[in-house]
Amino acid sequence: MSVNGAASLLALVGIDTYYGQIHILEKLNLEVREGELVSLLGGNASGKSTTLKTILGLVQPRNGTVEFRGENVTGRTTSYRIKRGMAIVPENRRLFGPMTVLENLEMGAYLNRDGRGRKEDFERVYTLFPLLKERRNQLAGTLSGGEQQMVAMGRALMSHPKLLLMDEPSMGLAPILVERSFEIIQQVHQSGVAMLIVEQNANMALSIADRGYVLSTGRLVLEGPAGQLLEHEDLRKAYLGR
Amino acid sequence: MADELTPQVPPDQPRIGVDEWVASVEGKRERYRGPVGWLRRGWDTAPAGARLLAFVIPAAIFPLVTTEGNLFRYGLITLLYALLGLGLNVTVGFAGLLDLGYIAFFGFGAYTYGYVASVHTGHHWPAVPAILLAIAVAALIGFIVGFPSRRLVGDYLAIVTLFFGQAFVVFVNNGDRINFWPFNRTDLTGGANGLDNIDPLKLFGWTVNTTKEYYWFTLGAFLLVIILLYLVSESRTGRAWKALREDPLAAEVMSMPVNRLKLMAFVFGAAIAGFAGAIYGSVQTGAFPGDFDVGLLITIYAIVILGGAGSLAGVIVGALVVNGVPELLRDPNQAEWVFYTALVLLVLTKVRPWQKLVTVVGGTLALGFALVAIADAWFPRWTAGEPNTGKLAHWVSHWMLLPSHATQIANWAYALTIALILVLTLLRGWWRTIVMIPTIYVGAFAWENLLVEQTVGATRFLLLGALLVVLMNARPQGLFGTARVEIV
Ligand SMILES: Nc1ncnc2c1ncn2[C@@H]1O[C@H](COP(=O)(O)OP(=O)(O)O)[C@@H](O)[C@H]1O
Ligand SMILES: [Mg+2]
Repeated sequence: MSVNGAASLLALVGIDTYYGQIHILEKLNLEVREGELVSLLGGNASGKSTTLKTILGLVQPRNGTVEFRGENVTGRTTSYRIKRGMAIVPENRRLFGPMTVLENLEMGAYLNRDGRGRKEDFERVYTLFPLLKERRNQLAGTLSGGEQQMVAMGRALMSHPKLLLMDEPSMGLAPILVERSFEIIQQVHQSGVAMLIVEQNANMALSIADRGYVLSTGRLVLEGPAGQLLEHEDLRKAYLGR
Repeated sequence: MADELTPQVPPDQPRIGVDEWVASVEGKRERYRGPVGWLRRGWDTAPAGARLLAFVIPAAIFPLVTTEGNLFRYGLITLLYALLGLGLNVTVGFAGLLDLGYIAFFGFGAYTYGYVASVHTGHHWPAVPAILLAIAVAALIGFIVGFPSRRLVGDYLAIVTLFFGQAFVVFVNNGDRINFWPFNRTDLTGGANGLDNIDPLKLFGWTVNTTKEYYWFTLGAFLLVIILLYLVSESRTGRAWKALREDPLAAEVMSMPVNRLKLMAFVFGAAIAGFAGAIYGSVQTGAFPGDFDVGLLITIYAIVILGGAGSLAGVIVGALVVNGVPELLRDPNQAEWVFYTALVLLVLTKVRPWQKLVTVVGGTLALGFALVAIADAWFPRWTAGEPNTGKLAHWVSHWMLLPSHATQIANWAYALTIALILVLTLLRGWWRTIVMIPTIYVGAFAWENLLVEQTVGATRFLLLGALLVVLMNARPQGLFGTARVEIV
């Protein structure tokens, strides 16, 4: 139990991750509570994606533990963690390009074999993104960047995640679309999904977040409530440019 | 709850994701105009059953209008290749696994059938259990090879399966004196001489004997498999294979059972190859080590890649081209038609705009007639050669120089053609158009005076290779493949 009463959903404790001999994440501690929206900020190559990969089990940490929903999942496979309720919108979205929007969404619900439940999942995603229903038979690879972003989010939401991980959702989007896409992120969040959003666009990410962490070459240099971070001298100098 | 989730988009704001690219999509689609666009749209929107009929009807008419020999060469062999292509299409096309040992499963099918139904071994099983056993053996061996390799990706899988394919050839070459439990001193494969005297298929009292009967049987088998594959490709598993092929990492974070899916595709492909192998063994009335070597593997890969990996219709067209063209080229008269049709098609489709097209066609024709006229007047030796047989060759002889004792000159022309083609690739614009004229003429000269005579031998494979290069240049994703769209 944390101070504000919400239970811890995800906790990284003392994580050290290596790629071969290269030490990438150093003694990382990070927490996402139930229903929270947390931003993980940092410049290029600061280890943001590596943090997500460690959470998902795509890379194994050398030290430390990953706890999810009160369970130590450090040694568990990626697919186990996803069954337990994680989902990801990967960097660059990584849709299945030559497959239709509908098929992409279906792949997101691969775990859910029950036909009726799946239909409800589709409805849920279509309510959130009416455009996807319109374009359900279009090949995902022929969509524009903003639409692909929606497919990627929809695909991740198909599995009913408790925690949605997003890797640089604003990457490659026109500024007006970045704004819209953060509005949608907020709406998804309000529907009760906890989120960990990795971003370089600190201003935007903090404006919708509850709390934030700042990573610099694999080490946490700042953390705290989003409002406080937005006003922080160092962060403003480093990222916000004002 | 649904209400608060609906994004409220103010009317004056652009909808998310709607940008210039999307706005122009409809326009791009409209560009599929003209007869080609009409055909393509028709094909894309036709129901699967109608598309299948477009193949079945000609396939069913073919045996009624052709000779026994042609039915075997163009019909039955094409069908067997296509059946093999279907299996490879599952492993390579659907799931994206580079399986270089594929032909071994075909071999296991043929040898299994031969073992349980031939004079050589003395067993005479009827077709249904024998074929089922052949399928089961191929699938089981696919499982045994695939299970430890299922974690392997790309190059590693290719190396393991290539080794397996070669091991199979060694095994059947030496399988006549196996001497360990449970086969004490048994002859499993007939060794280097192969299994001979394999039985024809015996189906409920009907013995499949003539080429025509084999054709019908194989056509039925092919339809069965293609319908099955269509259903599989439209199923959840089929789509998961496709997803896996496109992006294994994304498939994994969708928590698809990646390894199990790979293994399934591998075994599925092996089973189809085993089925084809059993039919092949009975058609050939024998199974010989040399039939299951790398050459056939390359042929089947060419079929799948040419047709477009992952496309069922593509396999049929690929098999027709890859088997049909070299067969057509065996006969110099037919080879003549193939050559000039391909040449004209190439020029018509590749030379744009029409001004250049007219220049190339007119220039080439004029050059030929002028040269023949000049030679007739002053250098009679250059038109003293005999035209090749056939109507087309006769027409061509008015346009083409045919020297007596042409071999040496034609060899030079052959080398010159290659040099000119290389020069062509360096040129741009009108220079390219102008150099194209002598290139075509010299190429046709080499063809008329030298190559057409040799099409029985290596030339036809050279030509097939050239044709494949041209086709793959025109459509890198294969004739029926869907474009692999890069995701931003
Ligand atoms: N598979 C890998 N093997 C080796 N080094 C890697 C690998 N992936 C990332 N790195 C390195 O780890 C560091 C952090 O990468 P990443 O987590 O992707 O950064 P970010 O997402 O913050 O831009 C970078 O220096 C990168 O070069
Ligand atoms: Mg990154």
